[in-house]
Amino acid sequence: MAEIATRDEQLGVRSEELFVNMGPQHPSTHGVLRVLTRLDGEKVLEAEADIGYLHRCFEKIAEKRKLFQVIPYTDRTDYLAAITNELVFVMAVEKLLEIEVPPRAQYIRFIMSELQRIASHLLWFGTFAMDLGATTAFLYAWRERERLLDIFEAVTGARMLYNYLRIGGVRNDVFDGFEATVEKYLRDFEKRLKEYHDLVTGNRIFEVRTQGVGVVTAEEAIAYGASGPVLRASGVKYDVRKADPYLVYDKYDFEVPTGQNGDCYDRYIVRMKEMEESVKLVRHGLADMPAGDVMGKVPRRIKLEGDTYARIESPRGEVACYLVGDGSDQAYRLSWRSPCFVHLQLLNIMARGGLVADLIASIGSIDIVMGEVDR
Amino acid sequence: MGLIDHEELPGIVTVPLRRLVNWSRKSSLWYLLFGIACCAIEMMATGASRYDFDRFGMIFRASPRQSDLMIVPGTINEKIADRVKVLYDQMAEPRWVIAMGGCAINGGPYHGEYNIVDGVDRVIPVDVYVPGCPPRPEALMHGVLLLQEKIAREGLESRAAARA
Repeated sequence: MAEIATRDEQLGVRSEELFVNMGPQHPSTHGVLRVLTRLDGEKVLEAEADIGYLHRCFEKIAEKRKLFQVIPYTDRTDYLAAITNELVFVMAVEKLLEIEVPPRAQYIRFIMSELQRIASHLLWFGTFAMDLGATTAFLYAWRERERLLDIFEAVTGARMLYNYLRIGGVRNDVFDGFEATVEKYLRDFEKRLKEYHDLVTGNRIFEVRTQGVGVVTAEEAIAYGASGPVLRASGVKYDVRKADPYLVYDKYDFEVPTGQNGDCYDRYIVRMKEMEESVKLVRHGLADMPAGDVMGKVPRRIKLEGDTYARIESPRGEVACYLVGDGSDQAYRLSWRSPCFVHLQLLNIMARGGLVADLIASIGSIDIVMGEVDR
Repeated sequence: MGLIDHEELPGIVTVPLRRLVNWSRKSSLWYLLFGIACCAIEMMATGASRYDFDRFGMIFRASPRQSDLMIVPGTINEKIADRVKVLYDQMAEPRWVIAMGGCAINGGPYHGEYNIVDGVDRVIPVDVYVPGCPPRPEALMHGVLLLQEKIAREGLESRAAARA
């Protein structure tokens, strides 16, 4: 405010700050996000996110339904990474009930969640590039994503919201020839990934729009509790898959890509490299997948007692589930940690001092899913 | 439409005005890009490479002022409901609405919860309901084809008058 006043005095003009309301219907807010912005000309003074337009009572529903009935709702929190959301919920229940999951089911979960990471990042790649004006990338990314969804559909029966994981295993085994189909896809995908780099990464317009834009320092990211690619782009090498291994992640060696500057460009590079790592992990999983059952022994009468906390690395960051049981067969309380909710609080830091167009780039780069923010 | 083979006037088409207007309306349904929830991803898929909405003459528009069709892809809660109404009011007549997915039809899996509006038809009139959770792109395209059939049957008087 004071700055504007002194500048006005020097220039001999009178200006005032502008309040602009962006959303909830806006093509680049990735859902129903409303951003309240205070502008000085084209410069953003403050950007505040207004959420709650997609609050769907998930945590309350989880208290009212039977445990297996909650799994479809976990799909619908983060609908771009349904498998990882199911995974964290069933992991919490399995931890509380001490259910052993057979190795084959573990591997299927592992492969599916890494494929899900690729699918989610692909969609992010397409929409992020489209936010910055590169519509072609969107169509390219969807081409590959559709093929991946075909694999998901063949395994689970659904394209997006799978309801595939079960407490104690997975609903059904993979189809015959699953390994060959996925391997064929991965081979093609690696070629396509190079194509994406050719198309977008070296693009001068893309670089100018993203480099040095939406900077989050490592201290800020840690202070706000960021996780996933947003945290790693700021240079913090933290990944739940390494820090607290679940499934079979401790058996395999993989890179945790990090950035240095914490800008939109680094977040982009981190996600692109993560897709490469996911390809490697899926290959490992396919090679080592053992034969056997896909469902473990689950007691017919479930008694949830005590509380537990399970966490995983979803494509967006650390998703966690805090589950409390009171001796009945339903959850007494379920609390969900969603990474997007945390990252959205960083929006003001990213956007402050930048241009309005950079605000769009910042929103795109944190990869928000409003279903997960509002739950 | 009838193509007349007239020797003096080649290439002349005679058609009732109503059919010509309806034909042009149904063949360029520009839809409002208003992604609410999970179904929005399937709506995007329908617009993207494989399913390709463009071949129906459908292009997404970011502004309600330029759109003819509002696809409501997702759960309507108390907070978004009045925004949906505002967006619908901002669209110019003639306008159509497709309720996509269980949530927009009657709340779907969230039916009866606090904060949930059980169906978008409690806020705005709906022309076509597309069931599914989420509906496949094929289902949405089928819904659009049904809407086109419906538009082809419409009269020339304003829709508001026809409803009254």
